[in-house]
Amino acid sequence: MRDVSIIGIGQTIVGEHWDKSLRELGYYALAAALKDAKLARVDALYVGNAHSGALSDQENVGAMIADFAGLRGVEALKIEAAGASAAAAMRLGYIAVAGGLCDFVACVGVEKMTDQQPSTQESALAMSADGDYEAMQGLTTVSLNALLMRRYMHEYGYTKADFAPFAVNAHANAINNPFAMYRMNISPKQFAEAKPLADPISMFDSSPVADGAACVILAPSALAREFTDRPVRVRASAVATDTVGLHDRRDLLSLDGAAWSAQKAFAAAGVNPNDIDLFELHDGFTIMSALSLEAAGFAARGKGVELALNGEIRLGGRIPITTMGGMKARGNPAGASGLYQIVEAVEQLRGEAGANQVANARLAMTQNIGGSGATVVTSILERI
Amino acid sequence: MEVARFWRTNKQRYQLVGEECPHCKGKIFPPRDICPTCDKEAKVPYVFSGKGEVFSFSTLHQAPAGFERYAPYTVALVKLSEGPMVTAQLTDVDANDVKIGMPVEMVTRVLREDGERGMLVYGYKFRPA
Repeated sequence: MRDVSIIGIGQTIVGEHWDKSLRELGYYALAAALKDAKLARVDALYVGNAHSGALSDQENVGAMIADFAGLRGVEALKIEAAGASAAAAMRLGYIAVAGGLCDFVACVGVEKMTDQQPSTQESALAMSADGDYEAMQGLTTVSLNALLMRRYMHEYGYTKADFAPFAVNAHANAINNPFAMYRMNISPKQFAEAKPLADPISMFDSSPVADGAACVILAPSALAREFTDRPVRVRASAVATDTVGLHDRRDLLSLDGAAWSAQKAFAAAGVNPNDIDLFELHDGFTIMSALSLEAAGFAARGKGVELALNGEIRLGGRIPITTMGGMKARGNPAGASGLYQIVEAVEQLRGEAGANQVANARLAMTQNIGGSGATVVTSILERI
Repeated sequence: MEVARFWRTNKQRYQLVGEECPHCKGKIFPPRDICPTCDKEAKVPYVFSGKGEVFSFSTLHQAPAGFERYAPYTVALVKLSEGPMVTAQLTDVDANDVKIGMPVEMVTRVLREDGERGMLVYGYKFRPA
């Protein structure tokens, strides 16, 4: 197997892009990454996208983006893994480059969500859940996460206000990210008074629906320095799965898929949680942040919220998370978010994170989750 | 949506028909053919009692397409007395009175409707027992 590095990154601002279509967003991120890597063409294009069928009446998105980007004839495929689609696209690119089948692969995550009404968005998002036994009962992504959060609070004795640090930290970090959707602080008081969506989840527990696209270019590490002075090595790329339905979980408050995915990645990289300098986790909801910290081994069971309350998730803390705003404040264009996480981790490892720079960052971990813990993609990246 | 999709799961939605594993006697709902406890094939039908208790719950305000007219409504994970967990709406109860551990029982109700001329889909909900 060949060693793989990231030689280029690109992203669009996350937001409500009423004047831009799915294909334009995907192309802009791809073009930015190609320019960053000083490349004109790639051997393959893998496009992560979760909702083009339900929200844009468009499938065949791999060919669509390739055509619009002028890459006529190139190998191009769409990869769907719900909210983990973007990181799954990078996983496919990693397999292709590590396996020696391709030298240069562009991995794009793109999502266009804001053309549709909220009820249509909820239905599309609920397709990540169990169609026959969750969505059929009227459950939504928000309410499924609310079931997790209620039970978590019940078993461990936390209050709703205890989850505030996840959202407050994300917003504080987004201020310095020019690509973020909500570049403003929120206070614990604002968090406590936010509009309820599905109790105990309110507006500031939940990441916003958005449009956006992000891209990385992968290449064999042996060729990387011909294209960039600051290649970032992919030390591990791992996928694991768990039951799609929450009712089928072995243990509701243990994200087994996230734990297995993280353990595979740690084993492949030969490192452990103490070696990781920052963790771009899946903060679609505050409860997902808590459960992810526990599953990946950064906090003991029931202690994910305590880690946040102790300030350890902030820049300068023991394990900084959502360092550029996370899904909460950078915004969550579902099938694109996993590549925003990876682009931001590369910025940190290149030393390009500006005011949010994690000092001496050498190893970054990203974890992208599809559904409420069903498909989990973990990557470990290294500054070389 | 097409009729066959709902017919396929009528037994589950009307009667809570799951499975019993012939090897370890574990009870399974929803049916999944491979026993999650012992990983062996399990296809023996088993009718659940419909009794259980609330394991977690939430009242949601933003409903998906097909459910808008029912919002806000309360959803729950119900732990059936035979062991498995089921995801369902709660009914015949004030949202403020729902508690974790509350005993509930299955009833049959309209779940959704696909527009004025579309199908009515019936299925299980749970009410205080």
